[in-house]
Amino acid sequence: MWSFHKWFERHSLILLVGILVVVSIGGLVQITPLFFIESTIERVEGVRPYTPLELAGRQIYIREGCYTCHSQMVRPLRDEVERYGHYSLAAESMYDHPFQWGSKRTGPDLARVGGRYSDEWHRAHLENPRSVVPESVMPPYAFLARAELDTANLGAHVRVNRLLRVPYDDAQQASAATDARAQAEPLGEDAYEFEQRYPGAAARDFDGDPARVTEMDALIAYLQMLGAGIDFETYQAEAPENRR
Amino acid sequence: MTDKRERDQHSGTETTGHEWDGVRELDTPLPRWWLYIFYATIVAAAVYWVLMPAWPLPNGYTKGVLNWSDRANVSADVSALRAARGPMFERLAEASAAQIAADPDLQQFARAAGEAVFGDYCRTCHGAGGAGAPGYPVLADDVWIWGGTLADIEHTLRVGIRSEHPETRLSMMPAYGRDGLLSGRQIADVTDYVITLSAARDRLQPNAAAAARGGVLYQEQCSACHGSAGTGDRAVGAPSLTDDLWLYGGSRAEIARQVELGRGGVMPSWENRFDPGTLRALAYYVHEMGGGEPDAPVVASLPPTP
Repeated sequence: MWSFHKWFERHSLILLVGILVVVSIGGLVQITPLFFIESTIERVEGVRPYTPLELAGRQIYIREGCYTCHSQMVRPLRDEVERYGHYSLAAESMYDHPFQWGSKRTGPDLARVGGRYSDEWHRAHLENPRSVVPESVMPPYAFLARAELDTANLGAHVRVNRLLRVPYDDAQQASAATDARAQAEPLGEDAYEFEQRYPGAAARDFDGDPARVTEMDALIAYLQMLGAGIDFETYQAEAPENRR
Repeated sequence: MTDKRERDQHSGTETTGHEWDGVRELDTPLPRWWLYIFYATIVAAAVYWVLMPAWPLPNGYTKGVLNWSDRANVSADVSALRAARGPMFERLAEASAAQIAADPDLQQFARAAGEAVFGDYCRTCHGAGGAGAPGYPVLADDVWIWGGTLADIEHTLRVGIRSEHPETRLSMMPAYGRDGLLSGRQIADVTDYVITLSAARDRLQPNAAAAARGGVLYQEQCSACHGSAGTGDRAVGAPSLTDDLWLYGGSRAEIARQVELGRGGVMPSWENRFDPGTLRALAYYVHEMGGGEPDAPVVASLPPTP
């Protein structure tokens, strides 16, 4: 036993291989089954891939570091459920690359913020948080309303998400830029096609500036769909197969 | 190791047998207390595997003897909470404003429940205590756009205003300036006339000639909703213009701007977020903030014949 150990200790390459073998056993046992266990890969009705505009809003959310102060996961605890609504399900993050769960809450959790406030409120709040929440310590993001949304790279974002197994099709990838504009301009000429490609997604002028599609449009579109997809009237969270 | 274990003469401890340039390494044993705690953690892990969900399997995972489930636990916690509050919420869901006011326990419960929900969901727009903000109506006064009885307030909470609810309360003031329905000159005239109708006439000193011209336009364009005397119409959500309370600000320029843009805010529908008892509590809390109106008296189905 000791001589075996000595053999390991004295040959760095063998030690390295040994370490890799031991560490990968831990990973394989803990992580691999999660890709196959039914309860971690459940599908829940109402969860859909992000529209290009929401995807752009999500990129802005990440770019501005919103996750440093806001989590996006309602924990299964009574107080959280009382305050934010139904606890988050794994399926709700299935199209998130990367997920925004977080564990730091300087501001409130945003997993169920969709539909909770009006677009106008979000606009006022992002432009100057103190104008609607006097005690807020959030920095202002007024520049988002002035920044024209860069839609040129949205097709590439959709493509990367496809590589990560988000079920976009070729048409959705090819028309990402026009779909992003169509969602913020509900009366525009591409509105019908947008609705066909993304049924159920809300299309309206989110930032109150119908003339332009801004980063504010994208961010509000993203915030307004967070956690709003699943109908918890019909989802049976209490059912035995959903208890875990 | 097969090497012969040497004992260091100075400390009496064994050496590891390693030697670098004549420097040898002591093999001092770990403290006993540390070692025993280490063994205890290994035993605890084994116990944990037995009691709690632990090992992933191809088709699931070991559930453990305790059958622990965070989802089941939170469901039980929330159900216990509902059971504890349930009877009060059930009574509340059936009660009128007068009945709530007559029952101190129920009233206290409605206030507490309403305050908690208001703080979480409503205060962000309507302000602490319902103080309001430009574009977000004051709830602490007795001026109501869509009606101030308990039933009216509750209905507004249920369906929202310009929300995605199919029966949402909906009113759309035209953007007279932006959409070119009235010229800038005409908007100024209508503004003077609206000020003449309102309690702000002493404060803002409208121009009488302009107001006379504006009056004609008002009767053509505005009176269908706001009424010929500016008293408003709650059925269509047209605010009264006779008081000195203004949703988007009460200066001359702000009133003109509202005629120009015809802005209207959005309130989400809360029907699917809250149960009927919570909605009643919230409505009661708002009703009590300052200007709740008494329930409409029940009209006898047959009026007495003279």
